Amino acid sequence: MAKRSYTKTPMKEQAPEIRKHNFDEVALGYTLEEGQLEASRCLQCKNAPCIDKCPVMIDIPGFIQAIAEGDMSQAYEVLSRYTNLPAICGRVCPQEKQCEMVCRLGRSKKFEPVAIGKLERLVADWALDQPYEAHEVGQNKGRVAVIGSGPSGLTTAGDLAKLGYDVTIYEALHSPGGVLTYGIPEFRLPKKIVKQEIDRIIAQGVNLETNVVVGKTITMNEIIEEFDACYLSVGAGAPRFQGIKGTSLNGVYSSSEYLTRVNLMHGYQFPQYDTPVQKSENVVVIGGGNVAMDAARSAKRLGAENVSIVYRRSLEELPAREEEYHHSVEEGINYHWLSNPIEYLDDGNGRLTAVKCMQMELGEPDESGRRRPIVIPGSEFIIEADTAIEAIGQGANKVLLDTFPELALNKWGYIDADEESCETSIPGVFAGGDIVTGAATVILAMGAGKIAANEIDQYIQKTKQEQLV
Amino acid sequence: MFKVLERKELAPTEFEILVDAPRIAKKAKAGQFVILRIDEYGERIPLTVVDTDTEAGWVRLIFQVIGKTTAQLATVRAGEALRYIVGPLGKATDIENYGTVLLVGGGVGIAALFPIVKALKEAGNRVITILGAKNAELLILQEDCAKYSDELILMTDDGSIGQKGVVTNAMEAVFKREEVVMTWAIGPSIMMKFCTLTAQKYNTPIYVSLNPIMIDGTGMCGGCRVTVADSIKFACVDGPEFLGEEVDWDEFVNRMQQYRPEEQLSNERYEKQVNANG
Repeated sequence: MAKRSYTKTPMKEQAPEIRKHNFDEVALGYTLEEGQLEASRCLQCKNAPCIDKCPVMIDIPGFIQAIAEGDMSQAYEVLSRYTNLPAICGRVCPQEKQCEMVCRLGRSKKFEPVAIGKLERLVADWALDQPYEAHEVGQNKGRVAVIGSGPSGLTTAGDLAKLGYDVTIYEALHSPGGVLTYGIPEFRLPKKIVKQEIDRIIAQGVNLETNVVVGKTITMNEIIEEFDACYLSVGAGAPRFQGIKGTSLNGVYSSSEYLTRVNLMHGYQFPQYDTPVQKSENVVVIGGGNVAMDAARSAKRLGAENVSIVYRRSLEELPAREEEYHHSVEEGINYHWLSNPIEYLDDGNGRLTAVKCMQMELGEPDESGRRRPIVIPGSEFIIEADTAIEAIGQGANKVLLDTFPELALNKWGYIDADEESCETSIPGVFAGGDIVTGAATVILAMGAGKIAANEIDQYIQKTKQEQLV
Repeated sequence: MFKVLERKELAPTEFEILVDAPRIAKKAKAGQFVILRIDEYGERIPLTVVDTDTEAGWVRLIFQVIGKTTAQLATVRAGEALRYIVGPLGKATDIENYGTVLLVGGGVGIAALFPIVKALKEAGNRVITILGAKNAELLILQEDCAKYSDELILMTDDGSIGQKGVVTNAMEAVFKREEVVMTWAIGPSIMMKFCTLTAQKYNTPIYVSLNPIMIDGTGMCGGCRVTVADSIKFACVDGPEFLGEEVDWDEFVNRMQQYRPEEQLSNERYEKQVNANG
């Protein structure tokens, strides 16, 4: 056997000069040979720490072993025992903060961890190319409604269908997937992949009803009456605005609007698709998370000359994935560290012309453990901009919650649910994902979905037994 | 898919369709709207629910051809289908028995006004309705509004029906004549702004229904944000009705212009396609 490489097997990518003009996927995936080479780096630990750090506890050494042996079908078999969305997770999970962070190989100084995410993606993409036979299970164990078709809801629905439940997903938008569809851009997560994985979940016998806004089109009371249990996974999709002067100028967007226009509505293909998205020359994106990266890189692809990210802390505190940060730098995105906008300036006709910012310095750590940014007086500076995109986080959408006042919320306005059991204040109503935790990651939402599926199964079985007694 | 059951031309460039959407028909209340998308390439556009039949399961929508999507919508015939329609969205109008109420509608805004006229009448109010349009031909829903109004006043720019003049002239006359508890105005933004000024002059609360640019219509993006009483509101979930005196009108009008060049491009491209296909 060849000597174990210190570094991860590199994955081919589109060159930055080319990819910054298109929306095609940046990372091109491993070949089988590359995958086997990478798989052979895995130490096959007995008490593998990577498993514990995966929110859905995939048997990571198990599927990697199968790849090393060249048995892709076995590798997929192992993966699908734990996850319904491996092609998505392999691409968008922050593995450096999860499975790969604790990889024993990576803990030794010389070595990079095993590229678990890239291997997961390899298997999942392989599987999506294979003919698929849905094996519908009998669906007489009970009826469950899942509200919201993002990663959390899809996971619950898939797991419950496998357990023999009759599951209906209600989705407000015209396409399922939640943030996978409207938020994460094509160049990071191709919509074809999202669709294929969702189609496989649906093929297990899940009913999907799009264009249903629960609270409006149907009420929670109707759902509670009609189903044995329900799972609320509506996410944290309501954008926040800083509320500084000029927020309503033309050219100022929430990242949610910008990305929804681009991704869900195919704004980047206007006028073939009807929804326009602003053509910009100078773009300022405010924030430092993955959403900010996605917005900035999308703006670049839409033809903007200069795209800057304004972040109030420094690179060290940047919440975005390292990989995405690197990609953005390669694509020519500029960074203004330790900066915060204080005003949007206009041209006298209601159009944005510049963003006025302040320089910050870092003080004592705050509750989150990150050093708190403090304004440096007199440090104003101006960045010319015809487009500004605020990517400073999202909150709970009140559309459903307002119509269902019986449900207990926490002080941040999210659903007060037990994270261990996904139980809410109302029996039979479970909740998980971002609507409980606030905006987090795809894989955490899936982890909650897995827990919810088990808890809902137990709850329904218990209720049915009690009814028999 | 949502089938169009009936289609009628109400006025030059103004159309009415009945769409088969039983769930929406069952839930929609006065003041609410839907978002529809004609096909897979389409954009999502908001339209007020003008009327419903819960038994037959349809919703009645009225629109004016002002750009690409509405032009395309005007070509959809009875028996054909719309790809998506979602709703009812937005907050419903607060309907109660206030006493004497004044309702003002202008242009295609009359379509959005009518369900409120009807609901207020059914709640026992004395309803005075003012409808305004450029000319008699463009004045829609006159009979429907008459049916649910104790008094109906018609205003046209050219005097071809009713009185010659603008709706605020008629409002002044009513306010001078009697005590009005509540007022609603729906129409072009400039009309709603002047209705607001008129109502303020007579110390009467006035509601307006805002129609900003929307995408999802469910509070997810803030594209439809408006400044109301100095704070940011999303018209799709916090509205579309707001107190007129609290609306920042200049900002609202400005934000409506945001995509004019793109709208024009899209429309020209569509017209070319239509012409090419004969």
